[in-house]
Amino acid sequence: MTGWLAENFVSILNGFAIGSLLFILAVGLSLVFGMLDVLNLGHGALYLIGAYVGYQFTGGVSSWTGFLTALAVAALFGLLAGLILSVATRPLVGRGHLDQALLTLGVALVVAEVISIMFGDDVQNVPAPPGLDDSVQVLGNAYPAYRLALIGVGAVLAIVVWLVIEKTSLGALIRASVSDREMVSCLGVDDRKVKAGVFAFGSMLAAVAGVLGGPVYGARTGLDETVLLLALVVVVIGGLGSVRGALIGALVIGQVESLGRALLPDFASFLLFGALALVLVVAPRGLFGSKVGAA
Amino acid sequence: MSALLELRGVGRTFGALKAVDGVDLAVESGARHALIGPNGAGKSTLFRLISGELAVTSGAVWLSGTDVTKMSQVGRANNGVVQTMQHSSLFLTQTAAQNVALAAQRHRGSARWLLPRRQQKVHARVTELLEAVGLVEASSVVVAALSHGQRRQLEIAVALACEPDLLLMDEPAAGMSLAESAQLTELVRSLPREITVVIVEHDLDIVFALAQRVTVMHLGKVLLTGSPEEVRTSRAVQEAYLGTGNRGDLFDPAPANSGPTQGGPESNVWTQGRPDSGMDGGT
Amino acid sequence: MPVAGLIALGVLILLAAVPLFVAPFQTSMLARMLIFALLAVSLDLLVGVTGLPSLGHAAYFGVGAYAAGLVAKHWTAAAPVPLLAAVGISALAAVATGWLAVRSHGVFFLMLTLAIGELIAQLAASWSGVTGGDNGLSGIPAVEVAGQPLTLVGYVYWYVLLFAVVGFVVIWAVSRSPFGAALRGIRDNEPRMRSLGYSPFRYKLTGFVLAGAVAGLAGGLFASQQFSLVTPADLGFTTSALALLAVAVGGAGSLWGPAIGAALVVLVRDVYGPDLGGHGTLVLGAAFIMAVYVLRNGIAGLAMSRFRRSGRKEDAV
Repeated sequence: MTGWLAENFVSILNGFAIGSLLFILAVGLSLVFGMLDVLNLGHGALYLIGAYVGYQFTGGVSSWTGFLTALAVAALFGLLAGLILSVATRPLVGRGHLDQALLTLGVALVVAEVISIMFGDDVQNVPAPPGLDDSVQVLGNAYPAYRLALIGVGAVLAIVVWLVIEKTSLGALIRASVSDREMVSCLGVDDRKVKAGVFAFGSMLAAVAGVLGGPVYGARTGLDETVLLLALVVVVIGGLGSVRGALIGALVIGQVESLGRALLPDFASFLLFGALALVLVVAPRGLFGSKVGAA
Repeated sequence: MSALLELRGVGRTFGALKAVDGVDLAVESGARHALIGPNGAGKSTLFRLISGELAVTSGAVWLSGTDVTKMSQVGRANNGVVQTMQHSSLFLTQTAAQNVALAAQRHRGSARWLLPRRQQKVHARVTELLEAVGLVEASSVVVAALSHGQRRQLEIAVALACEPDLLLMDEPAAGMSLAESAQLTELVRSLPREITVVIVEHDLDIVFALAQRVTVMHLGKVLLTGSPEEVRTSRAVQEAYLGTGNRGDLFDPAPANSGPTQGGPESNVWTQGRPDSGMDGGT
Repeated sequence: MPVAGLIALGVLILLAAVPLFVAPFQTSMLARMLIFALLAVSLDLLVGVTGLPSLGHAAYFGVGAYAAGLVAKHWTAAAPVPLLAAVGISALAAVATGWLAVRSHGVFFLMLTLAIGELIAQLAASWSGVTGGDNGLSGIPAVEVAGQPLTLVGYVYWYVLLFAVVGFVVIWAVSRSPFGAALRGIRDNEPRMRSLGYSPFRYKLTGFVLAGAVAGLAGGLFASQQFSLVTPADLGFTTSALALLAVAVGGAGSLWGPAIGAALVVLVRDVYGPDLGGHGTLVLGAAFIMAVYVLRNGIAGLAMSRFRRSGRKEDAV
């Protein structure tokens, strides 16, 4: 077994790196759906914005100022976008989740086209900042330092989010809202601000993920669809509204995407579908889900 | 004669709550059986256990001598177990006639046909049922536009269209006017003996007018099953509903220096322990 | 009802007369509209009639297109064999994926179908040995009727019109049948349907497969057009989203509304799109947003409410 591990070590590490990125991306989607019952189909477009912000501010050159500026700008864009979306979906609250999802879909199409108009359709490179653009030796294998850093960032975020959700009163409010939204509003808590905040935070994470994912995936049109698909699979497997679920789901899908593709390159799509099918047959609400999306 | 419906030790827990606890019940074929009890007694839950909407956590449900405990709601519905809902559950965007037709086509028509069909038998049955419940003028009205009482009537028509052997009626008269309740009572009275009726009702006039046997539930358990007279005079039932077996105690607490209270030698919750009752602790 | 029948007949006659009066380019544009309309109508069976909002329906369209193209290229282009292959294989794909999808509802179903659709598109892109990968499947020979390949635009148009009408009639007939009534019941109140003795899973899966098969038929027609090229993009998220837009704009549940919505979508994207630098999708995205806020029941909803106000009684949809 150790021989196999050593051979596939790089793939496994890649799996963690991708999983880390997916967690940052998917946790916002999961929380927004859990708390607001809004399926934000524009989540992939937010990632795309982040990716192109990363491209724009690094200009294809490895630099810390460029990278950090990109992160800040993307975060800002994400926060604003989240606030706008939360306001835009409010009048649709009585009309059901489908209408809200369709609205975000329209926004996603518009954003993707605007970016295509602004930047063209070529694949763009986003280099890692200096110091992280080399490889390091990990257990006898050369591995890109940036991806290790990515794993670290994901782990830190997971801990921070877990602390907030489990240990703070804000977190308690979020958990309660995911469980039973109407009850919480009956308690007289002004959940509109909390909801707008969660939407903004989740969207910010998506945009930041776009920047962080730049050195791994670059920036190109169509990335929003790929990324949305992965985020959805993660969220469906992990269970809507569950941070733990988003983490486990992200790690699982990360490995499927990485190790799976390495071992069975012709069956990659089947693997993803298979993982989805397997989880849903055994646990229809996802591994940690507490609610099935209502009509 | 074997009972149409038999519940043996049926129970349902939700976490720590025992909504239904060890219920034994036998309903003979053709019976008119009422299920009463204070709110929270578990009557609606029991209905859901019988129809299969909810699974039992203990015990067994027998239908016409067959153990159907593991059978799904769909299976039981196709075996003649039909329920009317406490809160009308209908197809809001469709007309009254279409609602009844959906039920009728399943049991008398060709619900699986992929091509349009005339279905004369179904339409005839629909008209027949709507007439029976008094809704025939409203047959082309969309359910969303029907009044509450009309929807309750439609509930019954839909249930009857399912050709029930066992008809479970959950508070059918809730929210109905006096005239509508009377109409309902007449309708249930006129149902053929092939249909066994179990009815949950709070309106005791209807219960005593229709039922031959009454089961009283309290806190998830069966308190008593007997004839309407037995139930009406049972002290245990009164205590369950009212907290006391003594009607007098409800409105007339003993004055400060009087002797034993009227109405009975037993002590009761209303006078025991009151500081100025002046009683010697009651007997 | 007779009025609707007369209108339908009139529209059919008009459509049939098109190649006699309209230039070839516009004729082939109309053929594309018919194809996309068939896709949208098949989606409406799912969305409007059964209440299952699918964002992955284009997958079955694409599967049908690839199947028809491959059969025409490697076996025979004689009609209606490629179309039969399209319908058969897309139905199989719908069964293989539908059993998982229809266990969920509402937005969850939306997510699942989106994921499934994207996965099928990825499959098409990576299986380059068979499908030509990202470059797509090209070199599909023209359809042959009675041994003669159809090369004139007008004949191809009539071929498309014939089968589009067949597909539309199938969906319409199912919608008006007892089975269709059951689907509407499931849409309105699934738990109640269970208590009436219906097994919702079987009905939904059958509806899903029917819708997928007709989408496959549309795909087969797509592949039979002249100089056709089938790419993974035809299966993907954007196509599915545009189909859903057509349904939303046209009015879910009405069947004819989505057909008109589809024509509008094709008009904006393919006719006006080149004027917008190929970014017609931008306008469509904006239309999506507007449709959600303003056109609650779509074009059909607007038409029906005007119809009702003029005093006619309409069946509930």
